[in-house]
Amino acid sequence: MSTIMECKNVTYQYPLTDKPTLKNINIKIEKGKVYGVVGENGAGKTTFCAVLRGFAPSFYQGELQGEVELEGKNIVEYGGDISTRIGYVFQNPFTQISGVKDTVYEEVCYGLENFGVPVDEIDRRVREVMKLTNIESLAMQNPFEISGGQMQRVALASVIVLEPDVLVIDEPTSQLDPEGTESVFEVIKAMKEKHKTIVLVEHKIDLIAEYADEVIVFKDGEIVAHGPTEDILSDMSLLKKGVNLPQVAVLCSKLKEKGLPLEKIAVTDKEAVRVIEKALKERG
Amino acid sequence: MADIVIKNVSFTYPNGHLAVENINLEIKQGENVAIVGQNGAGKTTLVKMMNGLNKPTLGDVFVGDKNTRDYTTAQISRSVGYVFQNPDDQIFHSTVEEEVRFGPAYFKLPLEEENRRVEYALEITGMDEFRNTNPFDLPLSIRKFVTIAAVIAMDTDVMIFDEPTAGQDIDGNRRLAHILEALHEKGKTVITISHDMEFVASYFDRVIVMATKHLVREGTPKEIFWDFDSLEKAMLKQPYVSRVCKALGIEGNVISVDEAVDRILNK
Repeated sequence: MSTIMECKNVTYQYPLTDKPTLKNINIKIEKGKVYGVVGENGAGKTTFCAVLRGFAPSFYQGELQGEVELEGKNIVEYGGDISTRIGYVFQNPFTQISGVKDTVYEEVCYGLENFGVPVDEIDRRVREVMKLTNIESLAMQNPFEISGGQMQRVALASVIVLEPDVLVIDEPTSQLDPEGTESVFEVIKAMKEKHKTIVLVEHKIDLIAEYADEVIVFKDGEIVAHGPTEDILSDMSLLKKGVNLPQVAVLCSKLKEKGLPLEKIAVTDKEAVRVIEKALKERG
Repeated sequence: MADIVIKNVSFTYPNGHLAVENINLEIKQGENVAIVGQNGAGKTTLVKMMNGLNKPTLGDVFVGDKNTRDYTTAQISRSVGYVFQNPDDQIFHSTVEEEVRFGPAYFKLPLEEENRRVEYALEITGMDEFRNTNPFDLPLSIRKFVTIAAVIAMDTDVMIFDEPTAGQDIDGNRRLAHILEALHEKGKTVITISHDMEFVASYFDRVIVMATKHLVREGTPKEIFWDFDSLEKAMLKQPYVSRVCKALGIEGNVISVDEAVDRILNK
């Protein structure tokens, strides 16, 4: 797979702070993959997202060292066009909603209007995305008069409708119930099928285990682990680094400790069932 | 003592939206209860009736011997504290300590007692290290603990936490579990709304399931998380470890990792 984004020796410090929030970040983001970004609160996950999109430093100010590249070119060189290439869904949906539109439908249209997309096409794309994100029934409501969970889905819709190549999504499910959470992950899966690249901050680790191709672990502003999802989330030592691990991975690890010869530590429930069944059969 | 008794209660918002319909429920002093269910099921509306923020449209809510209809929210909230879902709906002071001190200071307690409560609340929530920080300089997940501390400092018999697990990391969840345990030991009633089924299965004695304005079922976590009919009605799922046990045909209504380990090894 080809590299779509890359951070080269990136260190970033917010204004009025005495130490950098991100330290010496080196990572290649490959096209078409879903990346789960995990780690304790305050580890630098949201700042990493802001740096990928260029909000840090262009909006938040502060000092950035190193380079952030999109397709081999520094993101600064894209100017305002970067917004057509990288979509960003904020952690707090209140931040995302424009405040200049009276209905959810208009809110989702807003970005495409700014890009000068023909009206017929806007309508078609907006309807499609509202269906995908399950917010059709909210179309005529005021975006500030819906629940936190609904607002999170509107925020997501208003970004994916722009069809950027890269989607940076910061904790999209914090206010959602289990059903709503799974529907957001289904949207992410649908975006992956459209060959979008997705960088996702999320605490719900069992869902990261199921949907992410790779996991990036942050601690104290640094990347302390990065690799294929199963390799990372089966590493029990991460529990000591403030990273939650899937409940089934903990289960497999404990079974192994107690002598059940599992072929590996599974990270999803389906895989766990398979490896445990196999080990029990072999044990006889 | 403040047992909560909810009798034939319905609630309709001023815009005509019926949010809770004909609920009957009792929560005894000292219970540790979780409320689960989808967004929009009526969970927050229900708990806001327990501290008088909402008054039932039909039926009665009793806190101890007080019918909430006959008392102001300020009076009821001396017995029942509520931590808002969105901490920003609650915070209005410029330092963490002032925010936490506001409640006990309002009660005009002796200064010694006021200090004791403030220190206890700051310590148990881990907010003592941020006491001089502006709450809005803290990340949302930590800000939630400021609002929890503010309610703990009121020292009410009943404390209600609305989605404290949202956005928490592993350390935040551990801290919450520690707070719940400590309050339980002090004989407090703690009522927690959560979407985190693994958390609910681990730390609660009793689970109340709500769906579309109604109470579907209540029971122990073991009962609830193996009652597929209720889970389906409320569109909830079993904890992951229970799903694995179900698929493996392991009996005993497993809801914890350690239990699952024992059962699987002895299969």
